[in-house]
Amino acid sequence: MGNEPQAAELEARASLPGRNQDSTLLSIRSIAKTFGKHTVLHGISLDVAEGEFLTILGESGSGKTTLLRIIAGFEQATSGEVWMSGGRLDPLPPYRRRVNTVFQSYALFPHLTVEENVAYGPRVAKLPAEEIRTRVGEALAKVRMEGFAKYKPSKISGGQQQRIALARALVNRPKLLLLDEPLSALDANLRRQMQIELKTLQREVGITFIFVTHDQEEAMVMSDRIALLHAGELEQVAPPDEIYSRPATAYAAQFIGHTNLLEAEIRNSVARAGGLSWMVQLPDGRATFSLRPECIRRAQGSDAVSVARFRARVLDHAFHGASELVRVQVGDSQILTVRTADRGRLRGDVELEFDAGDAVPVRGPKE
Amino acid sequence: MGLFMTANSEPRTPKLLAIYAALVFAFLYLPIVVLIVYSFNGQGVGGFPPRDLTLNWYRMLFQDEAIWASVLNSLTVAGASVGIALALGIPAGLALDRANFPGKGIFRRLVLLPLVLPGIITGLSLLMLFREVDLKLSLATVILGHGTALISVATTEVFAGLQKLDRAQEEASLDLGATYLQTFWRVTLPNLKLSIIGAALLIFTLSMDEIAVSFFLIGRDNTLPLEIWGRLRRGITPEINAISTLIFCFSLFAIVLWYRLRTRADDSVAAAELLEVA
Amino acid sequence: MFSRAYKVTVSLPPVLWGAIFLLVPYALMFAYSFWSVSESQTIVHSWSFANYGELLSKPVYHQTLLRSAWIAARVTLLSLLLGYPVAYLLSFHSGGKKNLLYQLVIIPLWVSYLVRAYAWKTILGTDGVLNTVLQYFHLTHHPLEFLLYSPFAVVLTLTHIYTPFTFLPIFASLEHIPRNLAEASHDLGASRVETFRRVILPLSVPGVLAGATFAFVLSFGDFLAPLLLGGSSGIMISNIVVNLFGASYQWPLGAAISFCMLALVVLLLWVSERLERKWAYS
Repeated sequence: MGNEPQAAELEARASLPGRNQDSTLLSIRSIAKTFGKHTVLHGISLDVAEGEFLTILGESGSGKTTLLRIIAGFEQATSGEVWMSGGRLDPLPPYRRRVNTVFQSYALFPHLTVEENVAYGPRVAKLPAEEIRTRVGEALAKVRMEGFAKYKPSKISGGQQQRIALARALVNRPKLLLLDEPLSALDANLRRQMQIELKTLQREVGITFIFVTHDQEEAMVMSDRIALLHAGELEQVAPPDEIYSRPATAYAAQFIGHTNLLEAEIRNSVARAGGLSWMVQLPDGRATFSLRPECIRRAQGSDAVSVARFRARVLDHAFHGASELVRVQVGDSQILTVRTADRGRLRGDVELEFDAGDAVPVRGPKE
Repeated sequence: MGLFMTANSEPRTPKLLAIYAALVFAFLYLPIVVLIVYSFNGQGVGGFPPRDLTLNWYRMLFQDEAIWASVLNSLTVAGASVGIALALGIPAGLALDRANFPGKGIFRRLVLLPLVLPGIITGLSLLMLFREVDLKLSLATVILGHGTALISVATTEVFAGLQKLDRAQEEASLDLGATYLQTFWRVTLPNLKLSIIGAALLIFTLSMDEIAVSFFLIGRDNTLPLEIWGRLRRGITPEINAISTLIFCFSLFAIVLWYRLRTRADDSVAAAELLEVA
Repeated sequence: MFSRAYKVTVSLPPVLWGAIFLLVPYALMFAYSFWSVSESQTIVHSWSFANYGELLSKPVYHQTLLRSAWIAARVTLLSLLLGYPVAYLLSFHSGGKKNLLYQLVIIPLWVSYLVRAYAWKTILGTDGVLNTVLQYFHLTHHPLEFLLYSPFAVVLTLTHIYTPFTFLPIFASLEHIPRNLAEASHDLGASRVETFRRVILPLSVPGVLAGATFAFVLSFGDFLAPLLLGGSSGIMISNIVVNLFGASYQWPLGAAISFCMLALVVLLLWVSERLERKWAYS
């Protein structure tokens, strides 16, 4: 294969780029999990920094929930270790870890009031009554649910339940907060609002958040770093802008945002894929490239060698609010997606171009 | 019941709890095991350890005409009771699911009452009814008693089955031109097949074993439990052990069958839902 | 969606049947309790409270009633103590064996009542299995008399019969509890015991109530076990009723007792239902 990010570089990215290694809170070391014959996680290694908002992103079946449950203590890994703050976490039962979870279905206790739900952890820890009262009040205030203290969970809305679940976890001042797709049951608008609230909250309390979701937009909005999980393996761990502009693999490129995947032949520093050709600095051979639709534009007549030009015919276009996604055909069979803000102006036969540097080499899918 | 929830990986089964549960199981099965073992015991019921293993008691059993006559009676009663209970229980289940009428709540509780009520009350009240209308006691009166008491079994199973039925299927049938009767026959009933079979099995078994109600409504012909009862009053014979063992085996067979049907019903619903999500 | 004709067709037959074979008999039993028996053994439709007076005045009736209630209470308590832990184990800690264990628990339910009561009779008798085993291992030197023909035997047998009865509704209500509630409780720092006390037990109360009601009502009105195993000290209220309907042909008096039992049972069921609804959370 052609150019691909070296394994070592990938590992370095999974550790903390630009961060002080001493502020690692959680260290996941070669965690693997098999259920019967089915391997869900294949040796995952990941370091999480203190105060970081990390999102584990993946589709269903990727193993993200299993990984979260292993950190929380509800599952035992088949092999590997989890370390937190210099001590081993995995042998401990859930009730002895300084980790709290916000469940996807909230799991509020139906027989207790909102207040009693939030007070549960402190009560179990046998804190003095006065302190419990103070903490519960603070926690409810932080999620802006003070007025609902005496309500039963069945009497409040889904969004409100979600906030109580959050308060119930935070009141214990955990070192690490795990959130298992907590927003998936909310409608789109409420969801967007909660994303911002959660992000703000995390900044305020400074606790490390590990957030699990399948929604790539959500991941990009909220995270300091994203860990992309696919079929039990980490595809890439990087900040959102890096995953977007420099995806490491074809899967990463396709999962996040739209992209055009180009299977190219490289000869004499020229990559050729279908009707497209552009300059690269790579050895001869085959390679896969990711080209984002917004990187393709109408030809502007520049003669720069780093600009690749081609003719195409417009097939159809889809309205996406601020931009249009236009499908074009190059030659007989090659189809590309182009994103343009020029509504309605790309029609019929057009000349398009892109900067060669915008075609990012990625690791193709494993055979 | 959520009997198909997959087990979460609970790391340790509490030892004490498991031992306690094992003891409870032992308690539940002890008499049955003793019964079976001693049905082969040469010395009858007394003596430990059991010796002289023999099939004598079984041989005696098979030559006992009175017992087999009563078995036949029981089968007749059970079969007829299934008929009555289903004939009334299926409409009752439909009514509870779909119709609203004054006194519906009372009706529902009334129908379920015989299940929780000590059999003696059901038996005696019916006895008084039959007396007032001068109906002679016979297997027919027993059938009426069993049928009435067991309607609730059919009703509950059918009602539960209806909850799993997608109402839209019946609506689609009506939409496509079928009448209510045709819809019932072609759509509702096939969907309730497993519930009905399960109910029939349960009703049959309960009727075969029924004593309390039968006690008061029996005429000259005995059902099996009452035949056994009569002999018990006169003293213990090991023959009883033999017939009890046979009854146990049949019950075992029936309940395993019922359970498989029940879980097959849950399975097919779960499978359907899975397809929907995927 | 369903036409009027449809609803009438499905409702009418069961309602009619229920009226004829359930409602009318109970009403009849109520009526009988006010009638009396003539000397020629016919029922006289003369209305009076004589039978109820008899019940209130003669001590044997309320003694037997209390004894029956006391036996039923013990059976209920023991059945719960046996049934609850098994239900809990099955629901939360049984792994892949849940279905198998469930079948194992309810199999005894399906085995004839008579068979099981008879089995205990053979075990508990002076010549029975238990006594011979105890003597064989020299744990006792003569047969224990109290094992059979005593309230002890009745309580033991009825507990055996009704433990699966308490198991069923408790298991159902435990299964209803979402698994992630236990996980959430662990997550918040509670051990397994604390989680049971604070979360699982409160949420299982409706099931416990239903099971307890079943066990109490059915054992209270039982007449077979006392007849087979109770001897003279284990006579229960239903036995008295059976005798009154037998040779002594005192139907009206028997009806009076039966009706009281019916009223008591209905009252218990009503209270239990109200409480269950009050304490149900899902």
